[in-house]
Amino acid sequence: MDLNIAAQLNSFLAAFVLLTAFGMLVQRRMFGLVHLFMWQGLFLSINTAIVGFVAGKHHLYISSVLTLSLKVILLPYILHVLIRRLKVHKEVEVVENIPMTMLMGIALVIFSYYLMSPVSQLSTLVTRSTLAVALATVMIGLLMMITRKHAITQIIGFLAMENGLFFAATSATYGMPLVVELGVALDILIAAFIFGIFFFHINTAFDSLDVDQMARLKEED
Amino acid sequence: MTVTPIGIVSSAILLLFLSVLLASLLKNRQSLLINVSFIMASVSSLLGIAGGVWAVGGAFTIKLILPLGLPDLPFHLRIDPLAGFFITVICLLSFFVSVYSIGYIKGYLGRRPVTRLVIFYNLFLAGMLMVVLADDALFFLISWEVMAAASYFLVMFEDERIENRRAAFLYMIVAHVGAIAILLSFGVMAGLATGFESFNGYTFDAMREAQLPLSWATAAFLLAFFGFAAKAGVVPLHVWLPEAHPVAPSNVSALMSGVMLKTAIYGMVRVTFDLIGTYPWWWGAIVLILGLISAVLGVLYALMQNDLKRLLAYSSVENVGIILIGIGASMIFTSFQMPLLAALALIAGLYHTMNHAMFKGLLFMGAGSVLHATNERNMEQMGGLIHRMPWTAALFLIGCVSISALPPFNGFVSEWLMFQAFLLSPALPSPLLKLLIPLGAALLALTGALAAACFVKAFGVTFLGHWRGHHMPRVHEANWPMRTGMILAALTCLVLGVLPTFFIDWMDIIPEQLVGTKISASSGVYGWLWLAPVARERASYSGTIVFIGILLVVVAVYLILHVKPGAIHRAPIWDCGFGKLNQRMQYSATAFSMPLRRIFGFLFIIRERVKLSPRGLYTAVPKRLNYYLRVRDRSWGWLYRPIVEFSFWVSRQVGRLQQGRIQAYLIYSFITIIVLLVLSK
Repeated sequence: MDLNIAAQLNSFLAAFVLLTAFGMLVQRRMFGLVHLFMWQGLFLSINTAIVGFVAGKHHLYISSVLTLSLKVILLPYILHVLIRRLKVHKEVEVVENIPMTMLMGIALVIFSYYLMSPVSQLSTLVTRSTLAVALATVMIGLLMMITRKHAITQIIGFLAMENGLFFAATSATYGMPLVVELGVALDILIAAFIFGIFFFHINTAFDSLDVDQMARLKEED
Repeated sequence: MTVTPIGIVSSAILLLFLSVLLASLLKNRQSLLINVSFIMASVSSLLGIAGGVWAVGGAFTIKLILPLGLPDLPFHLRIDPLAGFFITVICLLSFFVSVYSIGYIKGYLGRRPVTRLVIFYNLFLAGMLMVVLADDALFFLISWEVMAAASYFLVMFEDERIENRRAAFLYMIVAHVGAIAILLSFGVMAGLATGFESFNGYTFDAMREAQLPLSWATAAFLLAFFGFAAKAGVVPLHVWLPEAHPVAPSNVSALMSGVMLKTAIYGMVRVTFDLIGTYPWWWGAIVLILGLISAVLGVLYALMQNDLKRLLAYSSVENVGIILIGIGASMIFTSFQMPLLAALALIAGLYHTMNHAMFKGLLFMGAGSVLHATNERNMEQMGGLIHRMPWTAALFLIGCVSISALPPFNGFVSEWLMFQAFLLSPALPSPLLKLLIPLGAALLALTGALAAACFVKAFGVTFLGHWRGHHMPRVHEANWPMRTGMILAALTCLVLGVLPTFFIDWMDIIPEQLVGTKISASSGVYGWLWLAPVARERASYSGTIVFIGILLVVVAVYLILHVKPGAIHRAPIWDCGFGKLNQRMQYSATAFSMPLRRIFGFLFIIRERVKLSPRGLYTAVPKRLNYYLRVRDRSWGWLYRPIVEFSFWVSRQVGRLQQGRIQAYLIYSFITIIVLLVLSK
């Protein structure tokens, strides 16, 4: 495959990752969010495989398969089950001031490009132009956690952040060493289980998954 | 293996640790536990006395490096005459108190388990000895903390009462603020000794060799002085003393007041005279002035107290002040190159350290016997105990006479030495000091007089007259172990007062090492009978002759009064024909201190209220009169309340960060990341 085409494919997929990130920022339905997350994982997985092929790093194939199985199949499945068990699949989350959130997301993307411009100039990798997108995905994930109140949305925001980090690793250095990636994958899996358990407890304790309820845990004056 | 002083003292410490281990094994047999542990503590105290006396007498300086501690930072131990002296003081009192405790702690049997008390008592003793032996900052601070933590748990022993927990907490805070200051002081000295890259400056040897610039030396001195002053209870850092000492078990109060405060004195002497070495005169002036303030205020506060143990605690503030006066004067003389006077003042300070340990230990043991017998700390409820507790009364009286600095007991000797040092101060070159030091002598004299008044009150109200409370409880005399402990302490007070020359000759090596000369160079010529610290023409004192004189007078008076039967007879008190005298009409503790409360009232916050009832028709003939009086320390409102309020204010402001909303916390991290990214760009 021509390097040029590979770079273009890479940028194309990066654009989709960013698009799904924006989609998640404004999606108000639970299943819609999970589906967007699935798509993001899929783009990530394809991107990893392409980078692995172009750069001749064969361990990236393993990463790609890992991403596919974990972030496209297993985690969405867990979230699905969680949403059904908690009976929140019909809820529509109230998101305040969506246009403002979108504008902040755009500002974050511009800010990421501004930050990453010196790095992109120095780098010689095929994937250098997508570094800014990766950073923007991380920050949009964080923004999503800030603007949402529902616990499940928060965890999806967290997972989106992790996606961004993974993307950054692939585009900045052709992926982390395999051991690290395996470790991170395991961490994510375990985090998902722990979150799931916690959500059941939070739901029984507060009769709601609105994290604002947890403000009651604060020490009184 | 040859026997050395440091070996003896180390084995004493090991024995104490062994006793701690044994205590946890014997916790199901409380009575046996008390006997075994306190006998082991007594034996190790005796070992410590032997090691300490030998180290001073033989002028040993022995070092030992233990293969313990952090990697590459082993513990250094060292015994020299100064350490030996303090070991002797600590072990002498801890021997008496351990013997006393065998009897005293039995009083707790059946009421509460004493395992904790026994364990921390032994740890506390070991901690104090380790502090004195330590020859590096690391080991010193570890020992210091062992001592502080153990004493915290001892103060907390009867932890079901809120006042005890409050007192222990206050003590813990003051101790730790002090410990931080000491740590910083060692840090300054160690850092400047070898540079901040290497850790080797942590030994005291490195600090001794370092030549510190004046500014850093001053910082180190002020930090160390602050830290040790917090432990010693120098005004205005004394607030924990009157809270902690009354609530601790009395044997522990005796040790805390008698010797734990002295470890702080040891620290001051060690840091200023030994580690820093040379200093300007105004350091001494600071110590002297704070000593004077502590002495005068301490005794005035003591006078206002009606709680026997609180009174003794405030009196410890006074005595620490007196010791600091001696040490401060010695520092001033040293910086003006007057070694003889410096030696005299240092000896006076150290002698008073020894004396205060003995008589304050004795007094706290006496107060403990009273408490043990009556379950009462308030003097207003006591009285007439001399009939029920003749031994305790007589021994307590000896303590009172000693602390009031009356001959032939030991308090007189040290204060007399201090006055000798003061009276020679016109030789000083600075006019300011020429003014300050006679003023100090006058204040010291005032302190002595007030202390006498204070202990007339303490003894008179507690032991004389009739019982002031409603029902007199079944009071019993102290048991034999308690009596033995007190008798030994009283005898030591007497011996230290009657034969001071032996002790001064023995400890003369300390000023020789620290300030460069002995004082016996001038007094030794006249033999053991006369104590003449400067020159015989100037002033001399013979405790022995005074003692014999007093003894002769007492014997003569006794013979005159008792030889003829019927010369003394008991009769009812003359009641002016009024006929309704009751025990509430006696001179009370509050009444006794009233004149002084009027004169020095501006130093206290006094709330006084008189309530007559019933009001109304016959106001001229009230049936009841309620008198309400509360005397408080001004330092609490002036110094501590602002600090407490400020720290609460700061905590509230910081507490606002704690929103309780996850989003808010995420925003904190988000903003931090953005700001850092912008900055790193």
